[in-house]
Amino acid sequence: MNWVQPLGRGVIAMIERLGRANIFLFRVAGGLGECVTKPRLVIQQLYAVGVLSLQIIALSGLTVGMVLGLQMYNTLVDFGAESSLGPVVALSLVRELGPVLTALLFAGRAGSALTAEIGLMKATDQLSGMEMMAVDPLRRVIGPRMLAGWLSMPLLAGIFSAIGILGSYFVGIVLLGVDAGAFWSQMQARVDFFDDIVTGSIKSLVFGFVATWIAVFEGYDCSPSTEGVSRATTRTVVNTAFAVLSLDFVLTALMFGE
Amino acid sequence: MKTPRYVEIAVGIFVALGIAALVMLAMKVSNVAEVSLRNGYNVIARFDNIGGLKVRAPVTMAGVKIGRVTAISFDQDDFSAEVTLTIDARYDRLPADTSAAIYTAGILGENYVGLEAGAEEQTLTDGSEITITQSAMILERLIGRMFLEGIQK
Repeated sequence: MNWVQPLGRGVIAMIERLGRANIFLFRVAGGLGECVTKPRLVIQQLYAVGVLSLQIIALSGLTVGMVLGLQMYNTLVDFGAESSLGPVVALSLVRELGPVLTALLFAGRAGSALTAEIGLMKATDQLSGMEMMAVDPLRRVIGPRMLAGWLSMPLLAGIFSAIGILGSYFVGIVLLGVDAGAFWSQMQARVDFFDDIVTGSIKSLVFGFVATWIAVFEGYDCSPSTEGVSRATTRTVVNTAFAVLSLDFVLTALMFGE
Repeated sequence: MKTPRYVEIAVGIFVALGIAALVMLAMKVSNVAEVSLRNGYNVIARFDNIGGLKVRAPVTMAGVKIGRVTAISFDQDDFSAEVTLTIDARYDRLPADTSAAIYTAGILGENYVGLEAGAEEQTLTDGSEITITQSAMILERLIGRMFLEGIQK
């Protein structure tokens, strides 16, 4: 019976954490009014979360698009269908790779930074200091970060997909000599605005919400020590990756699997 | 504490870039530019067999795309397929006796609906029905028939 108790303890701890995360979310949502009256709080976070992630997102988008163009070309050219390069690249980027890879990169670049920042604020008693001054840290610190992360994600995913398509255009048309007219016209014929672009953006909105939620909660909930902050940062990246990939399956099944 | 100028500029650029990317995806990559289709008119055509025709397949006339298939349903009364074609509002002078046929682009390509103009004075309007139709060519049936003929010989 010795193994049953740790199992139960683990499950109870997990459910407790989930409950805390939800209560935390509702309290943050209740304080979001502050972000409207003080938009500069959000703008500063948009800089930290969005602008500083731009570099890695653009670079990854470009290389992913170029690799995709190269690989798909090699497969398609065997069937004489290299003019389908456009729709293949655009659909895979807009539907899947854009939202998912952006969310994973976001977790590594911005999510870990959010957790570490909030975790250190907690470890150095800045959060309790704010409470002493009757400033609610949930409104002042967490809310703007949450909103900024959530808003940044669809923009970043859009940039990722657009740059990826341009990268595959470069490889396919400039280097490999696919016809440019066929590339764009087939893409436009096969990519639907509502079925592909809007659903892809919905995906990235969901991922942005989940990724930021996990990041700020891990930071807020970490044990206030050097080790606790480092562990929380790791957990942010791992949990976000897991949540995003499993949510991606659910969303894909819901939206594309008629 | 005031937000530094460069932060505001950078955020502005970021948001503008993001919106530009989404707009590019919408306009350049997807088919949203075909807005005129949304105020096109619907014409119904009944086929005995539609083969692999799918919703959103193109409707062409003389090889030029003039609309899309917007709905496909099964009519239980005469066991035929009822296909709704949405035709661009610009093309409002198609004769009422226009005929429709389902073709395949290439041998294994996608199915599409080809319209052939008739000679009547009256024109197709919203809700009118194309009566002269030709079903899709089913490759398996053709092969089957070829085999049968070979046996009979």
